[in-house]
Amino acid sequence: MNPVRAITGTMVPLDRADVDTDQIIPQQFLKRIERDGYGDFLFYNWAHTDDGTPSSDFIINSPDRRGAKVLVAGPNFGCGSSREHAPWAIQQWGFDAVITPSAADIFRNNSSFTGLLIVVAVERLSRPEVLGMNGAAAPRSGLDRALHVVRAAEQLRRTLDVPLQQVIEPFHQLDDHDFLNPGHALEKTRSSS
Amino acid sequence: MSTPRTLFEKVWDSHVVVDSDPALLYVDLHLVHEVTSPQAFAGLTASGRTVRRPDLTVATVDHGIPTTGRSLGIRDPLSKKQVDALIQNCRDQGITMFGIDDPRQGIVHVVGPEQGLTQPGLLIVCGDSHTSTHGAFGALAFGIGTTEVEHVLATQTIWQARPQTMAVEVEGTLPWGVAAKDLILGIIAQIGVSGGTRHVIEYRGQAIRDLSMEQRMTICNMSIEGGARAGMIAPDETTIRYVEGRPFAPKGTDWDAAVAAWESLATDPGAGFDKVEVLDAGALVPHVSWGVNPAQTVPVTGHVPSPDSYSDPQQREAAVRALEYMALRPGTAIADINIDHVFLGSCTNGRIEDLRAAAKVVEGRKVDDRVNAVVVPGSMQVKAQAEAEGLSDIFERAGFSWRDAGCSSCLAMNPDVIPSGDRCASTSNRNYEGRQGRGARTHLVSPAMAAAAAVSGHFVDVREWQLS
Repeated sequence: MNPVRAITGTMVPLDRADVDTDQIIPQQFLKRIERDGYGDFLFYNWAHTDDGTPSSDFIINSPDRRGAKVLVAGPNFGCGSSREHAPWAIQQWGFDAVITPSAADIFRNNSSFTGLLIVVAVERLSRPEVLGMNGAAAPRSGLDRALHVVRAAEQLRRTLDVPLQQVIEPFHQLDDHDFLNPGHALEKTRSSS
Repeated sequence: MSTPRTLFEKVWDSHVVVDSDPALLYVDLHLVHEVTSPQAFAGLTASGRTVRRPDLTVATVDHGIPTTGRSLGIRDPLSKKQVDALIQNCRDQGITMFGIDDPRQGIVHVVGPEQGLTQPGLLIVCGDSHTSTHGAFGALAFGIGTTEVEHVLATQTIWQARPQTMAVEVEGTLPWGVAAKDLILGIIAQIGVSGGTRHVIEYRGQAIRDLSMEQRMTICNMSIEGGARAGMIAPDETTIRYVEGRPFAPKGTDWDAAVAAWESLATDPGAGFDKVEVLDAGALVPHVSWGVNPAQTVPVTGHVPSPDSYSDPQQREAAVRALEYMALRPGTAIADINIDHVFLGSCTNGRIEDLRAAAKVVEGRKVDDRVNAVVVPGSMQVKAQAEAEGLSDIFERAGFSWRDAGCSSCLAMNPDVIPSGDRCASTSNRNYEGRQGRGARTHLVSPAMAAAAAVSGHFVDVREWQLS
């Protein structure tokens, strides 16, 4: 087995806390006795309308996220049910890694067996100023930086450097305007706690 | 003199096979059900292995089975295939199984204690997160994934990182009309849905010691909703009296030896915990969840909160999304929320005491015309007991549907799906989006509160009309 040193590809921000395994793969898809074939059901209820058509506004359905390799999610990712179908669905959709400030215990164990890499990010930066309020600097570390880098220029491929524990991108291509837009979700989630 | 140890440390230490991090632990009881096991059995067979200790492995069917018309068989072809796979696997491997026609069938976490399989000091695993229930007996019990199920089937051992310890000290006495469910919802509201992550909780204090075994199971059951690896309560007289005489409990001199061992399990004076939370049981009131995680609860006398009441921005945004999913407005009185369904059951609240508490509220009353109310006993034995006590008559006369045992609407893997947009007062453990069916809106409550809501058509403070 080769160690994972870097994963390069499109990344997907899912800035929500406490994403439970019922959201990752709803119960109606747990009736099969196989280990594969779960990728199409990832985040099914969020990713589909009532009649089963893909919701265009859910991020994994966005054309520029097709083939994404890394999911960046909020804290307590994978809480709830012990279903190993959750990491199966994430991997079978195409993801190789999840960046999160904290993964729930059973989900983390399950992921370690299925080979889904869980990268633990520092949850939130403690001082808002290092987020680059003046437009000069990008967030330096942690979930905020990962989300920022992943959001900033959506078409760009990123590299998750595992030994460095960082998502790397060419700095000059960052789109700080988007990041600083007051309506941007990241603004709303900035913490001073 | 040896170092003082906690209940968790004593049980952990006595199961270590390889003392490393993670440690290899011996498993005393492996509980199996139809949903998380087929891939594990397939893996076992593919690698040419057999079950190491079929005598320490017990299976039941619960998640996907119907609660009505069982004589017609399982009509959902996928659920039927899953149950058939379990039947075949148990037959091939010589595992005891409580099948759909067995009078012992029921939810795996109701059946284990009921049969006396669950005992103090054991290490118990199951491919189900609510395995934490069994910790009520002073067992170390936790949920595992399917790959781990295969490992346990093959070796009767499991690799585990050693969790930290957390004490939840509940002092005082639960007020009249306040249930164990309200206590655990209160604890989760205090510690949060990830407050117990990487910890094993020991519930302690006078209010815990005063609880019956079934109430203790309700508490430990929802440890996972607080993020904990497991929940435990020290065995005492209440525990020993509950276990004694059950089919799989030790007998004769074995019983005496077992009791002596169980009595030494309690946390030693002076043993420390990595984390301590303190609660006053006397301050608790009946709770109702308003959102989409089990920490999003308020007293029944309260109102739907405003997202602005959360200082943490991520929690605020979560509240906005929860209100949208639940179709609720901030400021709405909980008592003004109308419901369409009542689900009384689950591994949290599907035991005989739960049904008694609900029946007491329902007796002589009628379910509101707008409400579809269902009782799903946690096991066929609970069902039989309730029928013998006349509880089923009370429920049926009031207009409840009286069903066979299983997980049912707790997770809606069987036909008992709550329709999209409908609102359900549920005695289960998770109010996640889509948990009871896509678009279904779940409000977690105690059995008595669910019963009162069934009669009223909306939430009411059951303390106002509980008869002494």
